[in-house]
Amino acid sequence: MRIFDPHIHMTSRTTDDYERMAAAGITAIVEPAFWLGQPRSSVGSFTDYFDSLVGWEPFRASQFGVRHHATIALNPKEANDPRCREVLALLPRYLEKDGVVAVGEVGYDSMTPEEDEVFAAQLALAIEHELPALVHTPHRDKARGTERTLAVVAESGIDPGRVVVDHLNEVTVGLVRDSGCWLAFSIYPDTKMSPPRMVKILQEYGLERMLVNSAADWGRSDPLLTRTTADAMLAAGFSEDDVDLVLWRNPVEFYGQSGRLDLSDVEAKEATFAGNSILRGGS
Amino acid sequence: MTTLDELRVAVPAQGWLGEALERVAADPGVIGRLFPAAGRRVGREALADVPGWSADEAARVQLLAAVPAERVADEAEGLYRYGDAAEKRAVLKGLPLLPIADEGVPLLLDAIRTNDTRLVAAAVGPYARHLDDAAWRQAVLKCVFMGLPLSNVDGLDERADAELATMLSGLVEERRAAGRDMAPDALALLDRLKGI
Repeated sequence: MRIFDPHIHMTSRTTDDYERMAAAGITAIVEPAFWLGQPRSSVGSFTDYFDSLVGWEPFRASQFGVRHHATIALNPKEANDPRCREVLALLPRYLEKDGVVAVGEVGYDSMTPEEDEVFAAQLALAIEHELPALVHTPHRDKARGTERTLAVVAESGIDPGRVVVDHLNEVTVGLVRDSGCWLAFSIYPDTKMSPPRMVKILQEYGLERMLVNSAADWGRSDPLLTRTTADAMLAAGFSEDDVDLVLWRNPVEFYGQSGRLDLSDVEAKEATFAGNSILRGGS
Repeated sequence: MTTLDELRVAVPAQGWLGEALERVAADPGVIGRLFPAAGRRVGREALADVPGWSADEAARVQLLAAVPAERVADEAEGLYRYGDAAEKRAVLKGLPLLPIADEGVPLLLDAIRTNDTRLVAAAVGPYARHLDDAAWRQAVLKCVFMGLPLSNVDGLDERADAELATMLSGLVEERRAAGRDMAPDALALLDRLKGI
């Protein structure tokens, strides 16, 4: 089984995690730029973090046979801090990097006017740099936050097929399904979404445009929950090809729209996997 | 040492690269956006005629060489500062081919402080002649420590001295005490140094 985790914060994880992930079949990942738990107080703190996402972390991952890509953005929470907002001027440098396959995480935390402005500005950057966008939905006031998110996406002019809306649940899945955007679900030990609930959503809404991630970070989370969800799909009667679609081909298709997804290393290892060719996406 | 002319023959200034070189010569500031795109535009394959170099590195060093001499040190510093690992590596490998005397030394020292073997390997090339003796010996020892082949170190035998031999002997002693092996190329160097 091959698994692509389209949202995981490896900066916050250990080498033990990389070893266990590789052993479980998780050989490709995307690490979105996000809030680090401890607030940043300067732009330099961001650029050092972005440098790590395109430098040190991919190197660390490669030592365990895991292919690492990143998404870059000013996260919604810190969009409210004037000391951090200045980083917007430096984003274009990072959005040209080979390993950067989307703008993200963007979106709302508390739905402030500052967040409105920074969200719209970063969707414009996604269009300018020909990148897809990864959109975080708020944990509080989620349903209305998701509606407002979709309105901003529509207003920006970006093709909804190049946008993934993340951290969805039973209440928000229908809204996003109708928008044409991709749908992502973060499987957590006991909060956002669980493997059994995920399987039910896939049974009800189908597998198209669906992404499943662990969003593992510095909080209580588990980098192997993508694999657990794949096993739960099989146990519920989904086929191995269904699992491969959701846990590999869908994220490859979504991030492949950047034209920068390079899986040649893992493809070489997976070349004979179930006789399937591997979608690259993009140019 | 590899020359700019060899890189120009291996990756000719045609198509995207030709246009990019003209743009950089006319307006050096645009290099910030062109430099990261080079791998996607010219490819990343190893160059058969220039051992140790890849196509993206050859293109990136040509872009740097197109910057007017009085600005090239500043641009190299900025590209390294904001570069991903492949861009940083290209800057490090380009340093000995640019008109910048010893202004690139801080970049080399930064690369040697990292734990990224690709950067450390690129930092011990020909430009490392600008490092002072203490920094150079530490860089060589770090290669041994990280398991990098000493063939990466340019001019190794000309510069290796008694002090380096002392440092290497210390590492051998530590490794032996721990029941661990020492790389054969490091032991061979130590043998050669004992003869001087």
